[in-house]
Amino acid sequence: MARRVMWNLAESVPQYSKIDKIIESYSCEELALIAILQEIENLYGYLPAWALRHVSEKLSVPMTQVYGVASFYDAFHLTPRGKNLIRVCLGTACHVRGGQRVIEELERKLNMEVGETAKDLSFTLERVNCLGCCALGPIVMIDENYYGHMSPAKVGSLIKRFQ
Amino acid sequence: MKKIRSRGHLEEIRRKLLERKESEKRCITISSGTCGRVRDSQKVVEAIYDSVKKHGAGDKVCVRVTGCHGFCQVAPIVVIYPDGIFYQRVKAKDAEDIITKTILNNRIVNRLLYVDPTTEEKIVYEKDVPFFRKQMRLLLGNNRFVDPTKLEDYIAVEGYKALCKVLFEMKPEEVIEEIKKSGLRGRGGAGFPTGVKWESCRKAEGDIRYVVCNADEGDPGAYMDRSLLEGNPHSIIEGMIIGAYAIGAHDGYIYVRYEYPLAIENTRIALDQAREYGLLGKNILDSGFDFDIKIAMGGGAFVCGESTALMASIEGKMGEPRAKYIHTVERGLWNKPTNLNNVKTWANVPLIINNGADWYSKIGTEKSKGTGIFSLVGKINNTGLVEIPMGTPLRQIIYDIGGGIPGSKKFKAVQTGGPSGGCIPEKLLDLPVDFEKLTEAGSMMGSGGMIVMDENTCMVDMARYFLDFLADESCGKCFPCREGIKRMLEIVVDITKGRAKEEDLGLLQELAEMVKDFSLCGLGKTAPNPVLSTLRYFRDEYGAHVRDKKCPAGICKDLIEYFILEDKCTGCGACLKLCPQQAIQGEPKKLHIIDPTKCIRCGICRDACPYESIMVK
Repeated sequence: MARRVMWNLAESVPQYSKIDKIIESYSCEELALIAILQEIENLYGYLPAWALRHVSEKLSVPMTQVYGVASFYDAFHLTPRGKNLIRVCLGTACHVRGGQRVIEELERKLNMEVGETAKDLSFTLERVNCLGCCALGPIVMIDENYYGHMSPAKVGSLIKRFQ
Repeated sequence: MKKIRSRGHLEEIRRKLLERKESEKRCITISSGTCGRVRDSQKVVEAIYDSVKKHGAGDKVCVRVTGCHGFCQVAPIVVIYPDGIFYQRVKAKDAEDIITKTILNNRIVNRLLYVDPTTEEKIVYEKDVPFFRKQMRLLLGNNRFVDPTKLEDYIAVEGYKALCKVLFEMKPEEVIEEIKKSGLRGRGGAGFPTGVKWESCRKAEGDIRYVVCNADEGDPGAYMDRSLLEGNPHSIIEGMIIGAYAIGAHDGYIYVRYEYPLAIENTRIALDQAREYGLLGKNILDSGFDFDIKIAMGGGAFVCGESTALMASIEGKMGEPRAKYIHTVERGLWNKPTNLNNVKTWANVPLIINNGADWYSKIGTEKSKGTGIFSLVGKINNTGLVEIPMGTPLRQIIYDIGGGIPGSKKFKAVQTGGPSGGCIPEKLLDLPVDFEKLTEAGSMMGSGGMIVMDENTCMVDMARYFLDFLADESCGKCFPCREGIKRMLEIVVDITKGRAKEEDLGLLQELAEMVKDFSLCGLGKTAPNPVLSTLRYFRDEYGAHVRDKKCPAGICKDLIEYFILEDKCTGCGACLKLCPQQAIQGEPKKLHIIDPTKCIRCGICRDACPYESIMVK
C-alpha cells in the first residue's frame, strides 16, 4: 500500500471534508469502520483524535468503540509517526538469523527504543511480526523498500542514507 | 472478453485458449511475488519486455508475469516453457542474454543455471531441480502457469471446470458427500473435517448463511496463503463458490491481513474479473445460483486468525474471540450460520471435484489426506514453499528438498505450527508429517511454518521469543492467557538472564499447564506449546541456564562472553574499528583483546572478523 503520509500535517487543522469523502465511499456503513480507519491512517500516517471523533459522529458509533478498535489493531497509531518508518521483521525465521541484534543496533544508532518516534519526527522504529520474505532474513523495511540479509554491521550505512 | 453465459460457453472459451496455446510460441515466465519483487523482479520484467521489443522477438515468444513459484531462495526465477529451461537469481541486465541467446539462438545462458549444492552440477531444466523434483505441487504448481491478473490463464488450466460440474451435475448434498469422502481436513491448523463442517453449516437454522476465507496468516515464518492468493486467487474463489453452493450461502468474505498488499490487490482484481465474466454475482453461468465475495482487510492482530475473533473483526469490532459453546457454523458472522475455511482448504476443493474423492483420498496418510504446504525457513539451504503428500518424513523435507543446514552446522530442531506449535528435536526427524503425528510430538500442523534451527539457536531463547510474541498478541479478554503468558515470560526471561532458580522450572511447567487448560480460545490454549515442547525435549539446555549460568548456543547475552582466539587473530583491526563500545584493544598486527566489562555482546566484531577468530563462551 502506498504510504502517502502527510507527516508534516500531523496535528494540523482538522480536514473534515477529506474524512467525509472516505466515509461516504463506504456508504457510511458501520461495518466498514476498520477499512475507514485504515484509509485515514494511510492519509496521515496515524489517526488524529479529531478524525476519530468525526468518524464516531458520522457513523453513529460510540467513541468508546472507535477508540477500542483504533487501539486494538497494530495497523493503527494514535500518535504521529516519523517521516521515515523503519520496520524490523522479527518473524521466527528472521529471529533465528539474528533479527534481534539488528534491532538493538538500530536502537543504539538512532538513540531510541523500538516503538518510539524521534522528537523531530525523522524516524519511527517498529518491529513487525512477519513480512513473509523469510528467504531474505533478517529483513529491514524502510518506508516502501526492503533490505534483506541485514546484520548489525550494515545498520549504520543503511540509516545514513535517510539521515 | 464478454460475460460467460453458460457452461458450454466456458468450455468453448477454454478450447480456444488451449488451441491458441498449442499453436503458440514459447513463453517466458517470470516469478514476481513479494519475494521476487524484493529482489527487483519488476525491473527484470521491464527489461525482458524491452529486449523482446528491441529484437523483434514478439512473434517467437510471449511473456507471462506470475506469482511466487515457491523457491524463494533463488528468486526471481525465469522459466521458459514448454522446454522448462530454468534460470535463477535473474537480474535486469540478464534480459538481453535470455532473449538473444536462448530465445533467438536456442543456447543456454550458463551463468543463470541453478547449481546443485551437493553434486555441484549445473541443472538446465526445472523438472530436474531437486527442490521441485521431490515435491507434489497440486496447489502451488499452477502458480507458474497463471498470471494472477488474467482470468483466461486460470481457465486454461481447467479453471472453473469444477464449478460447472457442481452447478450443473451435482446437488449440494452430493458436493458435501464428495468432500466428506475425500477426507479433506481444515488446513488452518486444527484439521477439522471440512465436509462435516459444511454439512453442519448447511443444516444450521437460519435463512442467511455466510462463507469466509481466512487469509489472516499471522504465524511468523509462514507465507503460503500469501503465495496462493498472490499467485492463483481464482483457485480460492472457485473453491468458495463451490462451498457456498453446497452450504447455501450467497455472501462470502475473504479476510486478508493488511501486511499483504500484493495479495489484496491481486484478489481484488480477480474478484472484479470473475464478476465481469459472470462467475460471481447474480445467476452464475445461468445456473440460477447467486453468490458474491467481499474483501475484508485485517488490522494486524494475530488473534484475528481465530474464527470468532476474525468474524468480530469483519463486523468492524475489536478482534476478541468468544467461547464456542455455540459453534460459528450455527451462529457466526452477525449471528448467522457461517462456514470459515483457510485459503488452502478452499483451494483444495476444485481439485477434489475435478479428480474425484477417491483420487484425493489416495494421497496422504490414513487420517490426513492430500498434500500439505510448508514454508521451509530459518537455518536451511533452500528456503521456500514446499508441497508434499501428508505423511512425508521431516528428514526428507529438510534434507532432500531443503538441502540441509548451511555452513556445515549441526541440525538442532525444527519448529512447526508457529507460536501455537512446538520444537521437534533431531531424534524425531523420521516423524511422518501429518495432523496426528505432529500433535503427538507436542507440536501441531498450524498453518505450516517450518523453521529450521541449528546448533547456534538457543531453545530457551526460542521459548522466550514466542512468549514475548504471544504476550503482545493476547487480546486480554480472558485472565489465564493475559496474565499466564506474562508470568511465564517473566520466568523465562529470568532463565535467560541467569537469575532463575531450579524450582522455577517446575513453576513454569505448572503455569503452562494452567494456561493450556483454562484459556478461552485457541491462542491461549496453544500458547504454552513452545515452552512445553522445549521443556520436554531440551530440558538440559534449561538446566545449563539455571544451574551453570551458561547458554550453550551462545545466544543469551547475560550468560555469554566474547573472546578472541590467540592463534587465529592476525591483528588486522577490523573488529576494533567497528566495535561501538571501544571494547577491543590491540596494536596493529598483534593479538587483540576484548574487555568484557565494556562489551555489550552485539556480535558486530564476530561478523567483521575475516579469520573467524572471535568466539563465544
